Amino acid sequence: MNWAWFHRLGSPPHIYRIAGTLTPWFAWLAGLLIIVALYSGLVLAPPDYQQGDGFRILYVHAPSAWLAVMIYGVMASAAAIGLIWRMKIGHAVAASCAGVGAWFTVVSLVTGMLWGKPMWGTYWVWDPRLTAQLILLFLYLGYLGLRAGFDDLSRADRASAVLAIVGFINIPVIRYSVEWWNSIHQAPSVMKMARPSMPIDMLAPLLMMLLGFTLYFAAVLLVRLRAEILRRERTASWIREVLR
Amino acid sequence: MSAQRTSTMTAVWLVLQRDLRLATRRPAQLIQPLAFFAVVTLLFPLGYTPELSKLRAVAPGVLWVGALLASMLALESLFREDAGDGTLEQFVVSGQPLVALMGAKTAAHWLLTGLPLTLMAPVLAIALGVSVAAMPGILLSLAIGTVSLSLLGAVGAGLTLGVRRGGVLLALLTLPLAVPVLIFGAKATELAIAGESLTGPLYLLGALAVLGVTLAPIAAAAAVRIGLE
Amino acid sequence: MSEFFAMGGYAIFLWPAYLATFLAIGVNIVLARRAHEDAKQEARRRIAIEDEGPL
Repeated sequence: MNWAWFHRLGSPPHIYRIAGTLTPWFAWLAGLLIIVALYSGLVLAPPDYQQGDGFRILYVHAPSAWLAVMIYGVMASAAAIGLIWRMKIGHAVAASCAGVGAWFTVVSLVTGMLWGKPMWGTYWVWDPRLTAQLILLFLYLGYLGLRAGFDDLSRADRASAVLAIVGFINIPVIRYSVEWWNSIHQAPSVMKMARPSMPIDMLAPLLMMLLGFTLYFAAVLLVRLRAEILRRERTASWIREVLR
Repeated sequence: MSAQRTSTMTAVWLVLQRDLRLATRRPAQLIQPLAFFAVVTLLFPLGYTPELSKLRAVAPGVLWVGALLASMLALESLFREDAGDGTLEQFVVSGQPLVALMGAKTAAHWLLTGLPLTLMAPVLAIALGVSVAAMPGILLSLAIGTVSLSLLGAVGAGLTLGVRRGGVLLALLTLPLAVPVLIFGAKATELAIAGESLTGPLYLLGALAVLGVTLAPIAAAAAVRIGLE
Repeated sequence: MSEFFAMGGYAIFLWPAYLATFLAIGVNIVLARRAHEDAKQEARRRIAIEDEGPL
C-alpha cells in the first residue's frame, strides 16, 4: 500500500492550499443556509403555543451553544492528535479553535439570558445548562491564558494540549455534577425544548441553523488555520511560491 | 550510577519523606494556608451577619470555598523550588517513572495542606454555628475532597511551571475543574449539618478522587516534562 | 411589517439576541481574515529580508 497520499495530506503546504480552496465553499453554503433559516425561522415558523414569538431566540441560542461545546471537542481532539502523534497540524488546529469557541460561549450565555428574562422573569437563573456553559467559558479562558503565558510556541502548544485534554475529560463530570446540584436545588428549567414532537416547520429552521453555523465555523477555522500554518512554517521554502 | 537500581516503591517513599522533611524545616509555609483559611472564613460573620442560624445555612459553601482557595494558595510552591534547584530535572533523568514521583509529590502536598485544612475545618465550623454532631461528616468529606483538589492542583502547577508569575493563571486553570468537588463536597457538608445521611455525595467524592488518582499524575508528569524544557 | 418587528412583544429581547449573535459572527470573520493577512504580511517581509540578505 502506498502511503504517500497520507503524508501529503498532513504536509503544511498541501493543507494550506486545500484550506484555501475549501473556505469559499463552506462560507457561501453557510451564508445561504443561515439566510434561508433566518427567513423560515422568523417569518414562516408559527409562534409557539406557550412562548409566543419569544421562542424564536432558540434559532440563535441553540446553534451558539452547540458551537461552543462542539468547538471544545474539536480543539481537544486536535490537541490530542498533536500531543500523542506529534502532528504539528493538530496543534495548529487547536490553537485556531479556542478564540472562536470562547466567542460563541459568550453568545450562548447572552442569548440565554435574553431568553431567560421573558421566560423566567429574570436575566439569570442558575439553570444547569447556563451554569455548565459559564464553566465552559472559564475553561476556554484558562486555555487562552495558558497559551498566552508561554513565549515559545512549541511549549505553549503542548502545555495547552494537556490542559485541553484534562478539560475534555472533566466536561462530562462537570455537566453531571451541575445537573445533580440543580436537581437538588429545584430551579425552574424552561429552556428545555423537550416537547415530544416539535412540528416540522419549527424544527427545520433549527436544523438549517445548526448546519449553517457548523459550516461557518469550518470556514473560519480554515482561515485561522492558514494563518497559523504561515506563522509556524515561517522559514519553509514553499511559502515563497504560495505568496507569489 | 549506582550498581543497584532503586526500586520505584523506595523512590516514591524517599520523595515523600524528603518533601515532608523539607516542610518541617520551613513551618511558615505550612501555617500560611491554614491562617488564610481561618481569615477567609472568619470574614463572613463580619461581612454578612453574626447570627449563628444564618451563618449555619451558608457554612458548607464558606468552608468549601475557603478550603479550595487555601489549597490553591499552597500550590505555587509545589514544583517551583524543585524546578529552580534542578530537583525536577533529576527526577526526569533518574530512570524512575515520573508518574510515580508526581504521585508522591502530590501525596506530600495533601499531607501538608489538605489534611491540616481538613483538621482545622471543625474549629471554623463551630465559629459558623455548626453543631458538634456534624463534625465527623465534615471531616470525612473534606478529607476525601482535598485529595482531588491536590491532584487537580498538581496538574495546574505543572502546566504553569514554564509561565512567569503564573499564580493567578494557576487559579484560573484549576478552579473551574474543581467545580464537581465543590458541588459534591458542599452538599455532603450540608447534609452532615442537617443530620442526614451523606453517603450519596461521599460516594461521588470518592469516585472523583479515584478518577483523579488514576489520571492526574499522568497529566502532571506530562505537564512537568513540558514545563522543564 | 411593524408587526413583524414587534415580535409579539418580545422585540426587546429577541432583536438584541440576534444582534449579538450576528455581531459575533461578523467579528470572527474579521479577526480570522486579519490574522491571515497579518501572517502573510509577516512572511512577505521575511522573504524580502532574506532576498536582500547577501548584500
